Amino acid sequence: MVLYILNGLYFGAFLFLTSLGLTIILGVMGILNLAHGSLFALGAFMAAWTIGLLATGPPSTALILAIICSMALTAAVGFLLERSLIKPIIRRPLEYQLLITFGALLLMEDVIKLVWGGEARYASAPFDSMGRANLLGLEYPWYFVFVMALTALAGAAVWVVMARTRAGIMLRAIAMDRDMAEAMGIPIKRLSSLAFMLGASMAGLAGALMVPTSPALLGIGMEPLIMAFIVVVIGGMGSLKGAVVGSLLVGQARSFGVGFLPELEMPILFLIAVLILIGRPQGMFGKG
Amino acid sequence: MLVVRNLVKDFGKMRAVNRVSFQIKEGEVVSLVGPNGAGKTTLVNLISGHIMPDEGEIIFMERNITRFPPHKRIKMGIARNFQITQLFPELTVLDNVRNCVFSIRGLIGQFFKPSDNYEEVTSRAREILRRFHLDHLEGELPANLSEGDKKVLDIAMAYALESRLLLLDEPTSGVATSDKFKIMETIVKAIDRSKMAAMIVEHDMDIVFDYTDRVLVLREGTIMADGVPRQVMEEPEVRATLFGIGA
Amino acid sequence: MAGLATKRKKTGALVLLIIGFVLLPQVIPSYQLVLLESGLCFAILGLGFNLLLRYTGLLSFGHGAYFAAGAYAVGMIGRYAPELYRMEVLIPAAIVFSAILAAIFGFVCVRHTRIFFSILTLALSMLVFATLVKLYYVTGGSDGIRVGIPPVLGHAFKGMRRPQFLEGFYYYFLLGWVIVSVAFMYLLVRSPFGKAIQAVRDNEIRAEMIGIRVKRFRWWAFLVSGAYAGLAGGLWSFVNGHVTPELAHWVFSGEVVYMTLLGGFKSFAGPIVGAIVFTFLKLYAVSGTEYWMLIIGITLIGIVLLLPGGLVGGLVILLERAKARAPWRS
Repeated sequence: MVLYILNGLYFGAFLFLTSLGLTIILGVMGILNLAHGSLFALGAFMAAWTIGLLATGPPSTALILAIICSMALTAAVGFLLERSLIKPIIRRPLEYQLLITFGALLLMEDVIKLVWGGEARYASAPFDSMGRANLLGLEYPWYFVFVMALTALAGAAVWVVMARTRAGIMLRAIAMDRDMAEAMGIPIKRLSSLAFMLGASMAGLAGALMVPTSPALLGIGMEPLIMAFIVVVIGGMGSLKGAVVGSLLVGQARSFGVGFLPELEMPILFLIAVLILIGRPQGMFGKG
Repeated sequence: MLVVRNLVKDFGKMRAVNRVSFQIKEGEVVSLVGPNGAGKTTLVNLISGHIMPDEGEIIFMERNITRFPPHKRIKMGIARNFQITQLFPELTVLDNVRNCVFSIRGLIGQFFKPSDNYEEVTSRAREILRRFHLDHLEGELPANLSEGDKKVLDIAMAYALESRLLLLDEPTSGVATSDKFKIMETIVKAIDRSKMAAMIVEHDMDIVFDYTDRVLVLREGTIMADGVPRQVMEEPEVRATLFGIGA
Repeated sequence: MAGLATKRKKTGALVLLIIGFVLLPQVIPSYQLVLLESGLCFAILGLGFNLLLRYTGLLSFGHGAYFAAGAYAVGMIGRYAPELYRMEVLIPAAIVFSAILAAIFGFVCVRHTRIFFSILTLALSMLVFATLVKLYYVTGGSDGIRVGIPPVLGHAFKGMRRPQFLEGFYYYFLLGWVIVSVAFMYLLVRSPFGKAIQAVRDNEIRAEMIGIRVKRFRWWAFLVSGAYAGLAGGLWSFVNGHVTPELAHWVFSGEVVYMTLLGGFKSFAGPIVGAIVFTFLKLYAVSGTEYWMLIIGITLIGIVLLLPGGLVGGLVILLERAKARAPWRS
């Protein structure tokens, strides 16, 4: 029982990071970034490669460096995407926006294949090196605890940025009313890039953290995208609180679902998303 | 046709419409004038059903429509325009009007014949366009029309819905002065005096004098005068309200 | 009169086009013919999709669900009711089954617009996908269901292999359905109903004000659109011989949006052109290089940024430029 809850928290951590990224981009720019899963994949492959490169040294250093590299790479790619693809179509109808991020997804999937090849990349050293802890009578990997702690830290950091820094307040202003924010003199262009970079780096972080437990494979980003999407729907588009609550809920639902009703787990999650979209489209904490 | 009795509307502590009562008979073109903030648009919204009154009654065609929602009032024959013209930008001028004719004839749901083949409906739509001097523009898109023509099209559509009472909120606002009279001329001529009536919110006194039969002067939510323009305008209080302080 | 002359020219061109299609099997190799048939099925799908996008102003990012419904209707009948496995039952079943699904989903979808509508359609189709995958003992799961050649009006194609079937009878059968679908859609968008949904697209408030019940008209458009997708899915199941849950995945629905925009969604023929071109493009990309997603992705981005009017839109621009340069030919 406790194990289910712990696993739910662990799933939830990844959900939180990816959905946080998605919801920031959605909230600030009004764009559903279909390439978000590919950013996750990018983070995973970069981390796996870095850890592999530093295999001779201590695994924890390799992990830290891998995280930094993944986040830097995904932030840079996010910046590139925003400037080259998103900016030109920001005022165009929805179909163009969805399609261009879809195009970016296809592009990135194959670029990953081009750079890193089609095989699975393992990087389990950091996980193994941390060993297991004795938590509430259960043997629980320290790595999982590390992930949850780091995620909580990242979430808190983002919260501080959004609530306390000038940039964060401006981002929230843009999320509330883009035209008004522009009229108030807020530098929309720079902040849009910032939002995208922030969102992308969160996805990259999630990907990097996943790799020590699960190999980086082609197409690994698809499921995180869909899951993040469900969380954002449930929690509310553009809402930080929603991302937290949504990922906790979906994480637990996933954990218990996989344990008890593995067949219906996926359809039920989508059904919940559909019901929320029907009954309360803005989700639990989103604006209408 | 329209009887308004003791209509009251409050927005919080502010009384926007204060015990307003008046009547409009078939064939009348009545103007509603008053300084900004007098409650003119609120009154129009109350009659069209977009706002509900706090007290009072609205009787239209002998039915108490006070609690009717807008679409029900539209079906009964009340039509209004909005200060920002609401047209169908990607449909031709002809289609804009023709859709209204299809709708009022109950044919709008039919799907097995091209609309051009509906001869009676199409010729009726063309006839309406002629009435409003828009027939030469029938194949154009609304974006290519002048502001004045857009306003006229807006009203032509209301007309096509065979409305009985036209509520026009500043139909000539935003239009070049030279076109204003042409537009009012077109509108007033088109109104079939035997069946229709109109209430027009206006600021331009020349138009009030030249084109309307009666004028209601509204100030701070109360009707302070109701009569033929010539007579009403002679009252010093009215002149003070409209041209003096607060005008 | 000018109007009559252009009408005659257009009808003439159309007749020539149809004759061309009818004679095509004699000219092109069979594997390309099969590919074309796939494209024609997607053309029907695109036509239905564009009814919602262009004419009603709603972007469905989950249209694969109805395509899958039609395809699986065929597959499931084949698996569970083989005595009913006849073309005259299968095609109506595909249409009816997908129309029912579209009716139910449409009911909830049309209450929302813009991004919520799109997201809802995406979520609903993923729900279908997840159900198809997870209920494997009913639906065959991710393996899908095999689709065999059905008898048509009593005539069983005994011993005939699929390529033969597709080159012969089936091509003309499919072509017939394409012509019927195109003709019906053409009439539909020009009818009062078609004008009404365009009015809803343009100005929802005004449409309601002139007496058009917005939600109801959107729902009907959704239903017809879904039925078209189901017909396409049913017809396609015989071309592919196999139906899988991927048809309901959002990526496939994304391809539907892509092919429509590729052809140009602002024109009637755009989705048809786009579907056929996309089918060939995808196959050549897939067989040509390992990095076909790169090719598709780049062309997609290119279309969005450089040629928003799609291929048909681009063609129209070219023709107008040519006309402007040669004013003596009108």
